[in-house]
Amino acid sequence: MKQVILETAGLTKSFDKGNAVLNKIDFSIHQGEVVVIVGPSGCGKSTFLRCLNLLEEADSGEILLEGKLINQEKKNVHKYREQIGMVFQSYELFPHKNVIDNVCLAPLLVQKRNKDEVKEEALKLLKRVGLLEKAESYPRQLSGGQKQRVAIVRALMMHPKVLLLDEITAALDPEMVREVLQVVLELAKEGMTMVIVTHEMEFARAVADRVIFLDRGEILEEEKPEEFFTCPRTERAKKFLNTFHYE
Amino acid sequence: MQDMGIQVLFEGINFQRLLAGLMVSLNLALISMAFSIVLGIVLGMIMTVKNRLVRLICRIYLETVRIMPQLVLLFLVYFGAAKHFGVDISGEMAAVIVFTFWGTAEMGDLVRSALISIPKHQYESGYSLGMTKLQVYIRIILPQTFRRLLPSGVNLLTRMIKTTSLVVLIGVVEVVKVGKQIIDASRYENPKAALWIYGAIFFLYFAICFPISRLSAVLERRLKT
Repeated sequence: MKQVILETAGLTKSFDKGNAVLNKIDFSIHQGEVVVIVGPSGCGKSTFLRCLNLLEEADSGEILLEGKLINQEKKNVHKYREQIGMVFQSYELFPHKNVIDNVCLAPLLVQKRNKDEVKEEALKLLKRVGLLEKAESYPRQLSGGQKQRVAIVRALMMHPKVLLLDEITAALDPEMVREVLQVVLELAKEGMTMVIVTHEMEFARAVADRVIFLDRGEILEEEKPEEFFTCPRTERAKKFLNTFHYE
Repeated sequence: MQDMGIQVLFEGINFQRLLAGLMVSLNLALISMAFSIVLGIVLGMIMTVKNRLVRLICRIYLETVRIMPQLVLLFLVYFGAAKHFGVDISGEMAAVIVFTFWGTAEMGDLVRSALISIPKHQYESGYSLGMTKLQVYIRIILPQTFRRLLPSGVNLLTRMIKTTSLVVLIGVVEVVKVGKQIIDASRYENPKAALWIYGAIFFLYFAICFPISRLSAVLERRLKT
């Protein structure tokens, strides 16, 4: 069995008193695994990812990165986040920096790596996602799909142990979805460990090693994609999947 | 040629004197603005903290400054300080204190609104890259804040330059005061001097403020994000 990268035990989070957004989530992901989390909106998927990256503070429960407890001490939060990459729905590139500076900022500032080496790697990655000629452009000059590919590169530049993708195509026009998901598919092939929240079911099926169905803050199903998409076990999952079909 | 009165501008060193007066005005405005920018940035940051009491105090300060006419503040500092605390400060000093007091409040509010207009996700995407709070603030948030501040900040500067004309009333000899002196001195030989002198002052203010506001428009376009 491969090493467990990220793990939660009894993770609970509620925003207002009473209603738990996440209810005792036990979750783990192994080296090189791709886990896709699906579920109706408001089910807690995004909150879960945000908890994993310590952007939200869980009320109780543990989060372990390679076996080390990371959600108890406040002081080293940035040290752990450095190892957990995240890409957001709204890209959130830094608008005052051009593409190359966007992707090089954190490696230089946080990891204090060598400038030439960082730049070389950045150009290599940009080339891979087909954006080499945009290196000097500013975010406002890019399309949504291009911005999101830059955001992925920016996260990759930190060499994260796991990458969290939070509905990264939800804000994109349909024709741009593919160019972004293609990049993710390639990363999966290369063995990148990823937790993906998405509404693109076809993509989920193609990329996932394991699908988690989350509803009302609880994991209702956790299966291989083939099984989940062909014969979900719970009524709620069936109902959810049916919303993607039109008569 | 009929006597238009325009020659009053070119008699003796009248025009140089006006320019020197203008420099006094500009000096006051620029010094006050420099203090206001530094203090206003600090104030703006303080105004975004979570602590309610701190925010309330800042709010009271801001509203007080806004409600009070600058002239009242000037009198308060210049005459009030002399009378009650026995402090003898020059008119220039009083002006810098008052305009800084006022400018800091205005600048602070501008900085505050620029800061809160940065989307929360900008902070988060910085954090998720392993940056510390301070790093995110300095490298991500402040640079964007400055860009947003530029138009309103320049607007404040031009307002400050114009408001310096109030210091006449506490005896500072700036451009308007110089103008008045020239008019008084040539009252008999040139009764139409007022029009030309004040007209010239109008153009002097325009010549200073217009390029500044144009510059801000250009910068804004160039730094557009």
